[in-house]
Amino acid sequence: MAGKTLYDKLWESHLVRQNDDGSALLYIDRHLLHEVTSPQAFEGLRLAGREPWRIDANLATPDHNVPTTSVERRGGIAAIADEVSRIQVQTLDDNCARYGILQFGMHDARQGIVHVIGPEQGATLPGMTVVCGDSHTSTHGAFGALAHGIGTSEVEHVLATQCLIAQKMKNLQVRVEGELAPGVTAKDIALAVIGTIGTAGGTGYALEFAGSAIRALSMEGRMTLCNMAIEAGARVGLIAVDTKTIEYVKGRLFAPRGAQWELAVANWRQLHSDPDAVFDKVVELRAGDIKPQVSWGTSPEMVVAVDARVPDPAVESDPTKRDSIERALKYMGLAANQAITDIRLDRIFIGSCTNSRIEDLRAAAAVAKGRKVAASVKQALVVPGSGPVKAQAEQEGLDKIFIEAGFEWREPGCSMCLAMNADRLEAGEHCASTSNRNFEGRQGAGGRTHLVSPAMAAAAAVCGHFVDVRELLGREEVA
Amino acid sequence: MKAFVRHQGLVAPLDRANVDTDQIIPKQFLKSIQRTGFGPNLFDEWRYLDVGEPGRDNSKRPLNPDFVLNQARYQGASVLLARENFGCGSSREHAPWALEEYGFRVLIAPSYADIFYNNCFKNGLLPIVLSDGEVDELFRQAAASEGYRLTVDLAGQTVVRPDGGVYRFEVDAFRKHCLLEGLDEIGLTLAHGDQIRAFEARHRAAHPWLFGAGGSVTDERGMA
Repeated sequence: MAGKTLYDKLWESHLVRQNDDGSALLYIDRHLLHEVTSPQAFEGLRLAGREPWRIDANLATPDHNVPTTSVERRGGIAAIADEVSRIQVQTLDDNCARYGILQFGMHDARQGIVHVIGPEQGATLPGMTVVCGDSHTSTHGAFGALAHGIGTSEVEHVLATQCLIAQKMKNLQVRVEGELAPGVTAKDIALAVIGTIGTAGGTGYALEFAGSAIRALSMEGRMTLCNMAIEAGARVGLIAVDTKTIEYVKGRLFAPRGAQWELAVANWRQLHSDPDAVFDKVVELRAGDIKPQVSWGTSPEMVVAVDARVPDPAVESDPTKRDSIERALKYMGLAANQAITDIRLDRIFIGSCTNSRIEDLRAAAAVAKGRKVAASVKQALVVPGSGPVKAQAEQEGLDKIFIEAGFEWREPGCSMCLAMNADRLEAGEHCASTSNRNFEGRQGAGGRTHLVSPAMAAAAAVCGHFVDVRELLGREEVA
Repeated sequence: MKAFVRHQGLVAPLDRANVDTDQIIPKQFLKSIQRTGFGPNLFDEWRYLDVGEPGRDNSKRPLNPDFVLNQARYQGASVLLARENFGCGSSREHAPWALEEYGFRVLIAPSYADIFYNNCFKNGLLPIVLSDGEVDELFRQAAASEGYRLTVDLAGQTVVRPDGGVYRFEVDAFRKHCLLEGLDEIGLTLAHGDQIRAFEARHRAAHPWLFGAGGSVTDERGMA
C-alpha cells in the first residue's frame, strides 16, 4: 500500500464521520474570525437559537476595516471615520463579548492581520485543522496544519458544530529544488508557481510545497508561499513540519509547555508526506531559474520576470486568453512588448497577510536604507502585519529607516491590499504592492496593481519604476 | 437553505475567464453586516460608469451601456453563462448573495473556484459545470437568438436547450440532496452531536495540547 501524503494524514486524524455519499464531517481545532465575514454568521446563530460548540477554539481580531493612521487609531472603534466600517468592527466586538470569544481588539498590542497573529501567538499549531472566513487561511498550512478559507455559512456551521462538511481533495505536490539566487524570495516562488500552473491549476487540490528550496525557507517565507496557494486555485497550501517549524512555535503564547510540549513535538515529527506517498499531480520548478517576479495584468497568473516584457496578445492563439490579455492591457494602461522596467509607479504598498512579517520589513528596509522614495511616487506605505511585528521592527530601527527614506509607517491591518479602509489607489494609478491579488479595482476603483516581493517594492519606490532589486544591492546585502 | 429543484430562465452570457469575487461584489460593499442588499451592486465596476459606495441610491447611477447585463435583451436573466475559473479570489459569500439577489438561480461555466462553488450551494444557487465545448455551444446559441432560455433539472442533472439538445451535468450526492430539499446543514450536523462528542473525547486523549494549555484560547491564557 502506498504511503500517505501530509494532507491524507491531517484529513484522517480529523475525520468525525464519513458518509456513503462521499461527504464527510471534519473536526475543526481552530477557528479564526474577523469583522467582515462573521457578522451574518453570528446573526444566523442567534436567529436559530444556537450556541457556539466550543468557545475556546475561536480567536478573533479586526483587520480588514481598521484605520492604519495612528491619529485615527488612537480614538478606538468610536473614532473610525467611516460609519459602515465602524459598525462592522463594533459588531465583532459585541459578538465576541456576548459569546466570551477571545478577541485581540483594536487597542490590544497583539491585534493584527488574522493570518499573522495566529502563528505569531501559537494559536496556529502543527497538525491542527484551521479555518477562517478568509481565503488566505491557506497561510497556516506553512505549519503542517490543514488550513483553508470558508464562506460565512460555514463560519456559522463551525461556530455551531465545531465541524465542517467536507469532500476530500486531491493531492498536488509542487517541488522546488535547488537554491534561490540572492534577492529572490518566497514571494517570487509563489508568483512563478502561479505563472506556471495558472490561477486554476490547483483547483480541487491540496497543494503541498516540497523540495530543497522550500526546506531552506524561513517560516515567514513558508507562510508567504502557502498564503498564495489560493491564487493558484488551491484552498489548501501545505509544508511538512521540520525543526524550523518546531523552533518557531516554541515558547509562543498559546504553544503547549512542559510535558505537553514533548508529547506534541513527538506527534508533529510525523507531519510530513511519506516517501512513497502518491500525489495525483506533481509540478517541478528549479529554484535557480526563478528571477524576481512582477505581475503585469489583472490576474496573479499574468506575471513575468522583471527583465521580461509585457506579453503581446497578437501571438496568443487561444481566443479566450487573447481576449483576457487585451482586456488586461487596456485596464492596466500598458502596451504589448513594453519592458517591465519601464512601468512607472504612483504608489507603493508594503504589507498584507502575504508580506507584512518582520522578515519582509527587514528585506524592504535593507533596500530603503540610505535611499529616498522617488519624487514621482505619491505615496509609499509600510503597514506591519501585527502589533508585535511593528514593535519588533521599531526595536530594530526599521521604522526610522523607512521614515527617513520617505515611507509612511502605519498601524497594523489589511490596509491597501483590498482598500476596505481609507488606504487606496485612485483610478489609473500604478502600485507596486506586496499583496496577493491584482484584480481590477482590488486596491481601489480603477487602480492598477503589480504584485512583487517586499525588496522589489522598496526598489520600485526608490527608483520610481520597476528595477531588478539585485542591481541596487551588493551581493552581501541581498544574501 | 433555499431549495432548488427545477428552473427555466433567460440566459445572460458573460464572456470572460477568471471572473473574480472582487468583480462580482467589490469590497466596499462587504462592510455591511446584513445578508441582503448586495444585488444592486453585483458586478458594480462593470455595470455602472461611476464608483459605487455603500448607501448610495443605485437607481440614479449612470449605467455602462456596454456591459452585457445592462442590455435590454438580457433583462430578467436568471441563468448566467460564464467562462473558466468563475468566482476565483476571496471567500466572500457576499458573491453568491449578490448573484442570487440580482435574480440568478443557475450558473453555467467550465469550472469554478472551490470556495465560491461551495458557497453557492448554501444559497440556493446552482453552479453547473459543463465541458468547454458545451459552454462554447451555449455561448453561440445565446448570442444567436434573443430570449434564449434554458431548462435546468437538478434531480435529473440535465440542462435542456430550446432546440431539445440535452446536456448532463455532475453534482455530488450530498450537495444535490441538500439543495433539492432545502436542508439546514447545521441541523443535519447537529443530529450527529453524539458522534462529534465521541470524536472530541478521542481527539483530546490523543492530542491533549489541542484542548489544554495550547488549544484553548481564553482570556486568562491570553492575558498571561
